[in-house]
Amino acid sequence: SSILHIAAVVVSGTSVVVYMYTWCLSSSIHISAVVVSMFSTIICGFLFLLVVKRLPEHVQVDDPAVVKRLAKKLERQQIPLRSDYGYKVSLFSHLHQYSRKAPLTQQLSIPSTVIHPSIVRLGLQYSQGIVAGSNARSVALLHAFKQVIRDYTTPPNEELSRDLVNKLKPYISFLNQCRPLSASMGNAIKYIKKEISNIPSQCKEEEAKTKLLTCIDRYIEEKIVLAAKAISKYAIEKISDGDVILVYGCSSLVNNILCEAFEKSRKFRVIVVDSRPRLEGREALRRLVQRGISCTYVLISALSYILPEVSKVFLGAHALLANGYVMSRVGTSQIALVARTFNVPVLVCCETYKFCEKVQTDSFVSNELDDPDDLMVTRKGKTQLENWQDVSSLGLLNLVYDVTPPDFVDLVITDLGMIPCTSVPVVLRVKNLDQ
Amino acid sequence: MELQAVLMAAGGGSRMMDLTYNTPKPLLPVGNKPLIWYPLNLLERVGFEEVIVITTKEVQKMISTDPKVKLDVKMKLDLVCIQEDADMGTADALRHIQQKVKTDVLVVSCDLITDAALHEVVDLFRAHNATLSMLMSKAHEFTETVPGQKGKKKTGEQRDFVGVDDTGKRLLFMANEADLDEGVVIRKSIMRKHPRMHIKTGLVDAHLYCLKKSVVDFLADNKSISSIRGELVPYLVRKQFSKSTNSPKVIDETHQNLKKNDKIQISSRDEELLHLTQERSCWNDHRGDMSDAYHGGRLRCYVHIMDEGICYRVNTLAAYIEANRLAPKLFDEPAVHPSAVVSERCLIGADSIIGASCQISDKTSIKRSTIGVSTTVREKVKVTNSIIMHGVTIEEGCNIQGSVICSNAVIGRGADIKYCLVGSHSTAREHNSKIAPEKRLTECHRAEVNITYHYKSITYNNCHKVSK
Repeated sequence: SSILHIAAVVVSGTSVVVYMYTWCLSSSIHISAVVVSMFSTIICGFLFLLVVKRLPEHVQVDDPAVVKRLAKKLERQQIPLRSDYGYKVSLFSHLHQYSRKAPLTQQLSIPSTVIHPSIVRLGLQYSQGIVAGSNARSVALLHAFKQVIRDYTTPPNEELSRDLVNKLKPYISFLNQCRPLSASMGNAIKYIKKEISNIPSQCKEEEAKTKLLTCIDRYIEEKIVLAAKAISKYAIEKISDGDVILVYGCSSLVNNILCEAFEKSRKFRVIVVDSRPRLEGREALRRLVQRGISCTYVLISALSYILPEVSKVFLGAHALLANGYVMSRVGTSQIALVARTFNVPVLVCCETYKFCEKVQTDSFVSNELDDPDDLMVTRKGKTQLENWQDVSSLGLLNLVYDVTPPDFVDLVITDLGMIPCTSVPVVLRVKNLDQ
Repeated sequence: MELQAVLMAAGGGSRMMDLTYNTPKPLLPVGNKPLIWYPLNLLERVGFEEVIVITTKEVQKMISTDPKVKLDVKMKLDLVCIQEDADMGTADALRHIQQKVKTDVLVVSCDLITDAALHEVVDLFRAHNATLSMLMSKAHEFTETVPGQKGKKKTGEQRDFVGVDDTGKRLLFMANEADLDEGVVIRKSIMRKHPRMHIKTGLVDAHLYCLKKSVVDFLADNKSISSIRGELVPYLVRKQFSKSTNSPKVIDETHQNLKKNDKIQISSRDEELLHLTQERSCWNDHRGDMSDAYHGGRLRCYVHIMDEGICYRVNTLAAYIEANRLAPKLFDEPAVHPSAVVSERCLIGADSIIGASCQISDKTSIKRSTIGVSTTVREKVKVTNSIIMHGVTIEEGCNIQGSVICSNAVIGRGADIKYCLVGSHSTAREHNSKIAPEKRLTECHRAEVNITYHYKSITYNNCHKVSK
């Protein structure tokens, strides 16, 4: 941000110099014109500062000043700092990389007093992967916030609307340290903060708390449960008998759609594509087969082999960015690319609460690095990559997300209807108007 | 509040009566600190601020009055006394304090000496929403010779069979050899759900349990369970796989029935959210069969097995001696207490501990031993591999090897004690003579007393005070 300041100053400075030069050259320029132009340059400089946003801290890990600032903020909130682990591939050295074997609870006191116990439990479940998937994480977060609100008491001389928001800030930092927040969680937090600040000051504490709890319940009901039903309704129209549908990984929404379609007696079969190291496709496979859907299971390396059989591709999304790019599990962009090559339609299913205002065109700028030790495999008692840290020229990279350009996506099915990928900013604008 | 700590310090120490007939087990000195200090220190280091200590009136009196028993812990200790002769088991004690228990409990035994990372146990309890989470450790062989025992230690103790799943964290099976008639019987339902089970026998149970509050309430209703380790834990482990697991469990039912109406509604709505979370999450704790995470079971028991590190339960003499060797590593106080008067011409080994207000005279040699508080050691004494408790007087020329000398004993001149246990308040006797309580070795006798290691030393002459 200091660079931005310097740039703004330089811009205004050079424009002042230019005006002085022209004034010297043609002395007939009116004084007021010069004054007006100087003012405008200064105003332009300030606007330049205001409009340009700061980069978030979690993508500037290789900048020691930012890291120091983060450490100071965490110290102020009494939350331990989680240290990075292992060698990071240079292209992603600006992101955090944590080890699952070093949980944040190691540095917390055991009956946790600073952080509410349900938030500690949630953070543990995030970092160990017990709660994974965008919808599950948001629901779990809102559930934990309900406990926090229930146990909250307003201290004397404080207002609930301001104090509760301040109480939630260290919890959010803690959860961020356990695992970087997802876009859906970010939107949920924004909603809760808005609801809390909108509580009138005359409201009694009990009333305010019940109001907040009902708000949270309603949010989950509307944005997640009912949205899933609406999306299933739209998506089932797109599934015809005899279809061969390809899905990737385990998306709760896509699984929901397929199960509902099967119950509405559509005849189709499913191909589940899976990838290491998470192997989430196995869970999707189990859930679909449990319902009675006939499935095939391949790894992503066999994608181009299996694609000639496929009639449609259904993908889930972690977030939909403002420029129409789809952020989803790593491997999704490959699926979309190969499907486009084979002229297979790609349909992305995403609820509107996952739409976010970020703009990203590549998977490097903002991503998540998972534990690199997950890539190690033990077969017959031997682990090949056991001492990967000792090999100086070897780096293990375990990416979690990637972005798919809108050219590869044919349709986005949301609870508002079926829209093309480029209409995402329209939805965002309409949502902002509503709020 | 997340967890409440409960320290069980009412045990009698029935397996080491030689040491505990006079001093209650929680106050036995280990490394010159009372035994109860070690679990309290563990809880304090981890961040607890208050502990409920269940103990006997005698211990409570000694803690508050005796200056030698200094528990310098900053936590708030809530001492709950139970009658000594009530013969209460650990579960009975927990039932006794049911009113004080407001949240999940962490039950610790007073004879646990460990440097385990407690967060591992508690993380299992939190992350999987477990009903029980416990700590176990790989047992180490005791290498020191135990005084008063002929030959090697016989495996008189029954083995414990502990079955864990593939990840090594989920507790599937627990039984003691005494309860099994012919062989280990494992139910088919367990094998169907967890086809790969590792059964371990060489594990030491640290008696550290994280229990949900509903378990404490359940204990209040079921008065037949009296021991946590002997009855409650095997019951919970078995109940994980019982057929009624899928419907609201016995434990949950009693818990819900106790609450008022609106609270039931709150818990049921939250249950729905938790169920929704689990449904939407793409995680499963096992793979290979068609069931959901945790096989849909609501009761789960977890165990953390320590590979390295110190973990001892001081309930036998052998464990007591071993603990005295290793306990000094757990705290970093100087080996020689600053208030001890140690003359320059004595040889004190690096792994010996000298307590406060000791007097060590010239030409003594102390190796691998612990000398208690206010002990007097005269000249030309050789102490090797021994534990000397508080207030002992060792006269000149003694040679003490591999022994335990309890508090306030007097070892007469020239005594040669090998692998013996001298009870408290007693004096070393002559070879082959009968026990004569009033007999003391005074200076005019100068007898050479030779006690070999087949004799267990004197009884228990507590009316006999030390006198010069």
